Amino acid sequence: MRRAFLALVARDIRLAAGIGGGGGMAVFFFLTVVAIVPLGVGPDRPVLELLAPGMLWVGLLLASLLTLDRMFQADVEDGSFDLLSMGPLPLELVAVAKSLAHWVVTGLPLVIAAPVLGILLNLPPETMPWLMLAMLVGTPALSFIGAVGAALTVGVRRGGLLASLLVLPFYVPVLIFGVGAVEAAAVGFEGQAARQALLFLGAITLAAIAIGPLGAAAALRAILR
Amino acid sequence: MTTSDLRLAARDLACIRGGRLVFEGLSFEVGAGHALVLTGPNGAGKSSLLRQIAGLLEVEQGEVALTGGDPECGIAEQSHYVGHLDGLKPMMSVIETLRFWRAFLGAGDAASPDAALQAMALAPLADLPVAYLSAGQKRRLSLARLAVAPRPLWLLDEPSVALDAASVARLRDFMAAHLAGGGIIVAATHLDLGLQGAAELRLTREMAS
Repeated sequence: MRRAFLALVARDIRLAAGIGGGGGMAVFFFLTVVAIVPLGVGPDRPVLELLAPGMLWVGLLLASLLTLDRMFQADVEDGSFDLLSMGPLPLELVAVAKSLAHWVVTGLPLVIAAPVLGILLNLPPETMPWLMLAMLVGTPALSFIGAVGAALTVGVRRGGLLASLLVLPFYVPVLIFGVGAVEAAAVGFEGQAARQALLFLGAITLAAIAIGPLGAAAALRAILR
Repeated sequence: MTTSDLRLAARDLACIRGGRLVFEGLSFEVGAGHALVLTGPNGAGKSSLLRQIAGLLEVEQGEVALTGGDPECGIAEQSHYVGHLDGLKPMMSVIETLRFWRAFLGAGDAASPDAALQAMALAPLADLPVAYLSAGQKRRLSLARLAVAPRPLWLLDEPSVALDAASVARLRDFMAAHLAGGGIIVAATHLDLGLQGAAELRLTREMAS
């Protein structure tokens, strides 16, 4: 079963990283969204510094939504999903494998790109480690919560928008505590407030990993059978 | 896989699609080493029946069971299903596709991906991305998947579509070998697949009315 799980994760990463898989798309979208913010609000440094944590996190959420709708739909459309669902892995673990692959090709590159964009928005350098840490802890939640939305809209043509509407409200806690961690670090509360926000982020991620695949599998069973 | 008491049995099966009764009161039994050929006009429910056996479609009424196999596995996990959709990824190469399914499905003592390609005469195309294959070659690759993981029950939905004469002959040998090994085949078809001693189940649309 472990072999099947790893094979599926490896296949999904490879497919997403290839042409048309959408792996690189999220990073470039993130880059573009954050890069146009200074054009919109003006190059005033204190203002940018104030907006930076929020803009980075909002950009991150939108970018991770971008590739969500294909998580299950691509496999359902070409018939692979029938074969995957007949294999030795329960649907819950198929959902875990797909969420994990989504995080590796979307969440992880975004975390790595974030400090570069932080410089663009004049984020204080000492908060960079906190930004990356918060995003590293928070992004898995986006993929695992997103899996439920992707599963619910699997039968809908161009269901990406619908999936985004369903999923975004559930991203709000990640946004609040993610921004909270970075802002607390920016005003010099690394010790208490930032750590607290990080712990909350970690709790959200753990809950998402536990509940997301169950919800996604239930949705897939209800819709496809 | 040589369990001779393997048995696929369906009792009083019914299928409703989009509010329309497709068939009802369907019962059959197939034993190890035997094949069941489903025939009938378009829309008679051949594909729906195969998907019901595979667990891909809700069984509204009646039951279908595979006995004598691995008691820890459900019917889906002991089956191979070849449907109208090929489940192939255009950017993966032929050999990668088979390696993935072998790893995912659990190989056991099945043929290696290379041997499976030989059997379906796809060996020269091993490193080619699936995107460049013709319809018949894609179908052969879908069938080669059956060789890389052992499953006692094969559910084939018009397996000979898009195949040339030589490939149909290969498919026939391939299926005969599976039956000789004690497997079961349920195949929906419009053409004669050349399965020796296969029982025929004819689905008609009149059953619905």
